[in-house]
Amino acid sequence: MSYEIVLKDIVGDFAENKDLAREIRINKIIPALEKKEEVVLDFSGVNSVTQSFVHALISSLMRQYGDDVLEVISFKNCNETVSKIISIVVEYMQESV
Amino acid sequence: MIAALGLRVNEAGGKIICEKMESKSAGYLERMGLFKIVGLKSDIAVVEHDPTGRFIPLTQIRNSSELSVFLSEIVPLLHVEPQHAESIKYIISELVWNVLEHSGSRDGAIVCAQYFKKSNAVKLGIVDTGVGIRRTISRSHPVTDDYDAIGLALTPGITGTTQREGGSEMNAGAGLFFIKSIAYVNRDFFVIYSGKSMYKLLKRIVNKPIALFADPNLDRHKSKTDLPEWKGTVVGIDISLDSTQMLASLLDLIRSVYFKAVRERRRERYKKPKFT
Repeated sequence: MSYEIVLKDIVGDFAENKDLAREIRINKIIPALEKKEEVVLDFSGVNSVTQSFVHALISSLMRQYGDDVLEVISFKNCNETVSKIISIVVEYMQESV
Repeated sequence: MIAALGLRVNEAGGKIICEKMESKSAGYLERMGLFKIVGLKSDIAVVEHDPTGRFIPLTQIRNSSELSVFLSEIVPLLHVEPQHAESIKYIISELVWNVLEHSGSRDGAIVCAQYFKKSNAVKLGIVDTGVGIRRTISRSHPVTDDYDAIGLALTPGITGTTQREGGSEMNAGAGLFFIKSIAYVNRDFFVIYSGKSMYKLLKRIVNKPIALFADPNLDRHKSKTDLPEWKGTVVGIDISLDSTQMLASLLDLIRSVYFKAVRERRRERYKKPKFT
């Protein structure tokens, strides 16, 4: 089973609202992970993100579930900027976990 | 800064009196909304042209919803190309979030921007009257003075919310480093002022190879440590539209410097073998 979250519907084309990132994490991602579902974060239509948004979205998941959470979360339809910022956050969290 | 001070005076029940202004700048102050934001009636007559493509008047942002609205309106107002809009929105978002999350300012952030045709640059100013960088950073790191605190705030991976590498749930300590890096690569002016200290990044020399540093003191910069005390934080940045690169092209460079700094800091904490 996989649970897909279309981010543009929630955060618009510029993903920067950290309050929304936190809400998505707490109300959508964590419940899905607890049900052992795979989570797909769909960034289609999101032109850019801030590092802070991505940090608020996924960093504490990596603390809570460890690096293994990356086996069950995937990032879909990311443009170059979005994928690079996600990679930076994922990498520095692995450095610190 | 005057607008932010005015809001503080109003909140404290003070009275602001403005003497009749004769200078040419009076019309500019009126158009930028200075009198309006501090609640003063002004009799300065100006012809209000459509502001599209020129400036964003002084705007108070107190929460994430107001920030989202502001960001959605700024691009059509400044009438900039997509690659410029991306950097401008990124910078404003990160700076305003710093104010909303860390400053403790009751008035939120005061933001304004203006496009200058001659230099083809957008000049942004963001100010708050919160606790200042020294108090924020010293919650988690030893700080000697305002300048030391500014330096730490600009260093990748340092946040006032935790000592922990990787940051806290909501903060990584990367925002100001990213912004300084964007400014350096794009040859933008960048200044940050808090307490009695100021750090000003100088423009990168054109034909010199690009070299990002984790330590802001290694960048070409000017500093002052004896300024009149500003209780809060002020950030100014000029975004040159002639040299602005796509954000994606800067990220590899930022990434390499960021990780080098984090690894070096981790290595400093490693226990050393005891040789007797």
